[in-house]
Amino acid sequence: MSKWNLIVDVANCTNCNLCVLACHDEHVGNAFPGYSEEMPKHGHKWIEIDRRERGAGPMVDVAFLPKMCQHCDDAPCMEKAENGAIAKRDDGIVLIDPVKARGQRHLVDACPYGAIWWNEEKQVPQAWTFDAHLLDDGWAEPRAVTVCATAALRSVKVDDAEMQRMVREEGLEELRPDLGTKPRVWYKNLHRYSKAFIGGSVESASGGKVDCVEGARVTLHSSGTRIAETATDVYGDFKFDHLDPDSGAYRVEIAADGHAPKSVDVTLGESTYLGEIRL
Amino acid sequence: MASLKFSLILFGLNLLLRIQAWRYPSFRERLKERDILAQLKTRDGRQGRWYRISNGRISSGAGVRNDADVALVFKTAGLAAGLLMPPVNQLDQINALKDFNLAMEGDEDAAAWWTQTMMLTQTAGWEYGVDQGNGVTRYTSMTNGGPVFVYEKDGRIIRITPIVFDDTDPEPWTIEARGKTFTPPRKSSLAAHGQNWKSMVYSPDRLLKPLKRVDFDPDGERNPRNRGKSGYQEISWDEALDIVANEIKRQKREHGPGAIAMSHGSHHTWGNIGYYLSAAFRFINAVGMTRVHHNPDSWEGWYWGAVHHWGQSLRVGQCETYGTVEDLMKESEMVVFWSSNPEGTSGAYGAFEGAIRRQWLKDLDIEVVHIDPFYNDTAQMLGGKWIAPKPTTDTALALAIAHVWIEEGLYDKEFVETKTLGFDVWKAYVMGDEDGVPKTPEWQEAETGVPAKTVRALARNWGRKKTYLGAGGWGNGHGGACRNPTGIQWARVMVCLIAMQGIGKPGVNMGNLQWGTPVDANFYFPGYAEGGMSGDLHHTAMAVELYQRMPQLPSMNTNDQQIPRLQLPEAILEGKAEGYIWDGKSIEAQFNKISYPKPGYSKVHMLYKYGGSIFGTMSDTNRHVEMYRSPELEFIVNQSIWNEGEAKFADIILPACTNMERPDISEWAALGGYAHHGQTQLNHRVVVFQHKVIEPLGESKSDFRIFHELAMRLGLGAYFSEGMSELDWAKREFDASDLPKIVKWKDFIKRGYVVIPNNPEGVKDPVSWRWFYEGRKKDVPEPMPLPSDYTEEYLKGLQTQSGLIEFECQSLKRYDPDDTERPPIVKYRPAYEGPSNPDVAARHPVQLITPHPRYSFHTQGDGKDTFLNDIEDHRVLVDGRYYWTLRISAADAAARGIGHHDLVKVYNDRGAVICAAHVTRRLPEGVCHGYESCAVYEPAGEIGNSVDLGGCLNQLTPPRSQLKKGHSMGSSAAMVEMELWDGSPEINRAPSEPDAAVLTPKPAAEPVPAE
Repeated sequence: MSKWNLIVDVANCTNCNLCVLACHDEHVGNAFPGYSEEMPKHGHKWIEIDRRERGAGPMVDVAFLPKMCQHCDDAPCMEKAENGAIAKRDDGIVLIDPVKARGQRHLVDACPYGAIWWNEEKQVPQAWTFDAHLLDDGWAEPRAVTVCATAALRSVKVDDAEMQRMVREEGLEELRPDLGTKPRVWYKNLHRYSKAFIGGSVESASGGKVDCVEGARVTLHSSGTRIAETATDVYGDFKFDHLDPDSGAYRVEIAADGHAPKSVDVTLGESTYLGEIRL
Repeated sequence: MASLKFSLILFGLNLLLRIQAWRYPSFRERLKERDILAQLKTRDGRQGRWYRISNGRISSGAGVRNDADVALVFKTAGLAAGLLMPPVNQLDQINALKDFNLAMEGDEDAAAWWTQTMMLTQTAGWEYGVDQGNGVTRYTSMTNGGPVFVYEKDGRIIRITPIVFDDTDPEPWTIEARGKTFTPPRKSSLAAHGQNWKSMVYSPDRLLKPLKRVDFDPDGERNPRNRGKSGYQEISWDEALDIVANEIKRQKREHGPGAIAMSHGSHHTWGNIGYYLSAAFRFINAVGMTRVHHNPDSWEGWYWGAVHHWGQSLRVGQCETYGTVEDLMKESEMVVFWSSNPEGTSGAYGAFEGAIRRQWLKDLDIEVVHIDPFYNDTAQMLGGKWIAPKPTTDTALALAIAHVWIEEGLYDKEFVETKTLGFDVWKAYVMGDEDGVPKTPEWQEAETGVPAKTVRALARNWGRKKTYLGAGGWGNGHGGACRNPTGIQWARVMVCLIAMQGIGKPGVNMGNLQWGTPVDANFYFPGYAEGGMSGDLHHTAMAVELYQRMPQLPSMNTNDQQIPRLQLPEAILEGKAEGYIWDGKSIEAQFNKISYPKPGYSKVHMLYKYGGSIFGTMSDTNRHVEMYRSPELEFIVNQSIWNEGEAKFADIILPACTNMERPDISEWAALGGYAHHGQTQLNHRVVVFQHKVIEPLGESKSDFRIFHELAMRLGLGAYFSEGMSELDWAKREFDASDLPKIVKWKDFIKRGYVVIPNNPEGVKDPVSWRWFYEGRKKDVPEPMPLPSDYTEEYLKGLQTQSGLIEFECQSLKRYDPDDTERPPIVKYRPAYEGPSNPDVAARHPVQLITPHPRYSFHTQGDGKDTFLNDIEDHRVLVDGRYYWTLRISAADAAARGIGHHDLVKVYNDRGAVICAAHVTRRLPEGVCHGYESCAVYEPAGEIGNSVDLGGCLNQLTPPRSQLKKGHSMGSSAAMVEMELWDGSPEINRAPSEPDAAVLTPKPAAEPVPAE
């Protein structure tokens, strides 16, 4: 039985907002009986882009994270819905019935992802429908996917075994594995949003001039164990990524030919740029 | 024989009218619109036939009647037979008109109705759009952000999507590079403002009826001072058009030539017939108006600066770009994006076509560097090294790079020796031999704030690697730092850097993968700058090719008076203005001076405003607010789709419809003219028939129809329209292009789009500059420079006097070698409004940069209650109002107690704008960032003298030309201060003091010296 899944590649999202706008375009002013009521013109973001800026100038990176109904297999909203207002289809898509759900405002709070929105005018809870009305009409993919030019969004209709294979091979993750809701939206390169880095710039002075040190060997230590190694680039920059935020004490050790070794201790909260490190 | 043929054709027309009325209900309805007696005849009156339409019924008879309402008169029967026999030859018809072999008699209105009814006999049966079932029809249109399918049901647009190609469309190109194969997806991409269009069409700010300001009486008190304050009343089209037409006549009668000025935006809603360079130009020329002469707004530094080093005047100083996508992918090792944010500006019209390709840089492991005060969208997408010089100081950084290259021998000495001129003169300046100041990395650090070590590392890396320089959004210029007060220096020094590295060598060129794809550049479809139906051979690129292919009556503005746009307010308020010409025909054309008023012409007393808002796009725009309220302007008409910006300052407002409510034709990103072959930004060339998807909303009308109806009131209707509708003109443009070779008209208008097939295997454009690098004749497919601009032989060398890249510009030596603003070699000169001017920085220490907007297309799509309001990087909802977003650094925010999404007042002595703060780490301390081109002007108190809640940051930008001997906006960087807004409408300008002179609102403080 093949089912729909959405794959979000965080590394490819540029915050162009086309998925957000395509969702507005499809649903504002358009009701699709059996699928969804009209979306309010403003205030709702069935697809919403979250962001994370990491580091400090000049070593900064920025990740954008599109969030939407996760179409969970164990959807908390379904449990809270009265009279079967939320149902899971055979193809994996979770739909809020716009008639049965009328008045059920509590469903907004039932979603731990914050992906259900309350339509005050129509008195219905609403979420991103995976454009099920279009898929049922023969469209190949939801509009957000078609309009995404940078391949940050990809929809696949495969059986669960095949999806698990893709999860393993592509390193896909759930947005909040701690919730145990079995979402059908998968994230790639999630570390750009959820993890932290330690970075710095290595330099040296001679003859009254300061220069970047290229090719310095930099190692990262935690609890006395070396956990990563890298080398500085032409700008003397190094960066250790994929670290857990608030993960405590680290030591950065730097070795370069012709210079005495140097080490820097850092307690990691959010991503940290250590600035200039003079050898 | 000719006589018999003519008789048969005339009889045939009678039959045709009847048959079409029988077949097509729409044609039957058309015939019910009016009663008319029309005559076709020979000039001697000896042969002819009359046609009477009465209550929708047709009668006809042979012979000539003298009571006809309208008559089409041919010199002879033979000539008539030749002209009327299908297929109609357009050139023969135009020639018959020019030779006075064909004439129209009767009143304008009847003539227009009759000729267009005859045209309808050809078009009535055409079918448009693809049925989708359930009452849904899929149409096509073109936005400034890309081509689209538009789904319609029950007369309403239900959705707008990019165009997904099907199996019948041609295959895309592939590029093989470093063992990998790359091919773009088989669909068009779309910019945010393109996806926003449904909400623009149905915006509550649409103007749906003609409006008259309540206290404007054309025959009595006009109350110009109340513009912007008074309300409006709805009036009929007839009343509105009569007022405008009568005022046009009155201005000419009472003031003489020059009294009417036309101000249009730099862009319009897409479509080659309805575009400003098309229908509007024909109208302007037909009436005779003072031109508000544009500055090269997105190209300033390249036009006024770079052009002197390498020519390229017909590309506004930007260089050729053919074949560079493949060359970059195969050969280069690094791309330096310098003030280059293509992900933020979509190549102007290129949607996300370039973004798709730039993602390949990661697959190819090509190193990237971003030099921009803002960690821009392209840096966000690609990563790489971010270098953030203070705005306006980039030239110092570039000079230091050159210093390292010279000192360490990291440049192409042979190229510099053989392909350039004057390097030693510039080298003496760079090394400090000329002025005692070596332009070292340490020297630049004080100006730019960039550590010397970083510049040295960049210079060494660049000098050792085959590197593409991507300058500006297009990679060869456009937008970015060329629009700030030192933009001319910056563009010039970019040329010097790439010249030192041997431009044209494999892997070394200008570009950022935005231009230069392998699409077929030789297939002809006209760009918008080719002028559509304008007939204008002077101010459009029609002469290049379209004029021969699409014969039409020429048009020429007999009024030679021009106002330099940057000084439009001074022209009106102070009665004088001076500037220089934007004319790409040669390097030297820019030395031509414009003075207003022109001797013998009237000053301007009527303004015809058309298109987007200037308050958001020009500089120091409170000047424009003041201008609009001047009694010098006796009459202002604004023809606009939406009630935005200065529409609210007009006496009469004419409601135009969007391009989804009228037919048109166009190609995606086909600019033509100064941006020849703009389609090479694309992964697929797509030409679209722009369907009239829905009826015009309310009483709005297409620009073409508005101009036509005004033209009829001036006796110019037949001249303006050539008897045709905009649909007929679209067909003429189709016929003029190469499209008939690959698609039938009826198939084209039904399906709505065609993808131009790619070159056959093995055929591709040569790489730009390779010919120059290798010392061959120019071989890229562009008709520029003009033949007389070659020094030695046609196609040998560049447009410069030497034919070489000139480090020391001979054109500037000839023109004014002592100009310290623009000396013959490029030097660093700190910005007049920049961080190193202590007089300015003391009170306004923060640099505001105002790049082109990412989500709206200039003012198009902003405000108006559209979907874009919901994007927090564009506007932020605070207390019920959508405020313009201003990005500020975390350090500046902390120092001023400003939190995320707090309302801040950003101000200097020119004005104050209230924005929503967006606190970010993507800016260094001392720099803030907000887009230019806000569509909303909303003074909180006194008009022109209170804070603006709308977000027009251009109220704060310097009005001064970058160059006294130029006409060059330098408005993308200004000095400001910001603070939490206390809710007061007061601007709190400082009292005038000598050391604040540079910020005084009147540019008269910087007069252009007389020559």
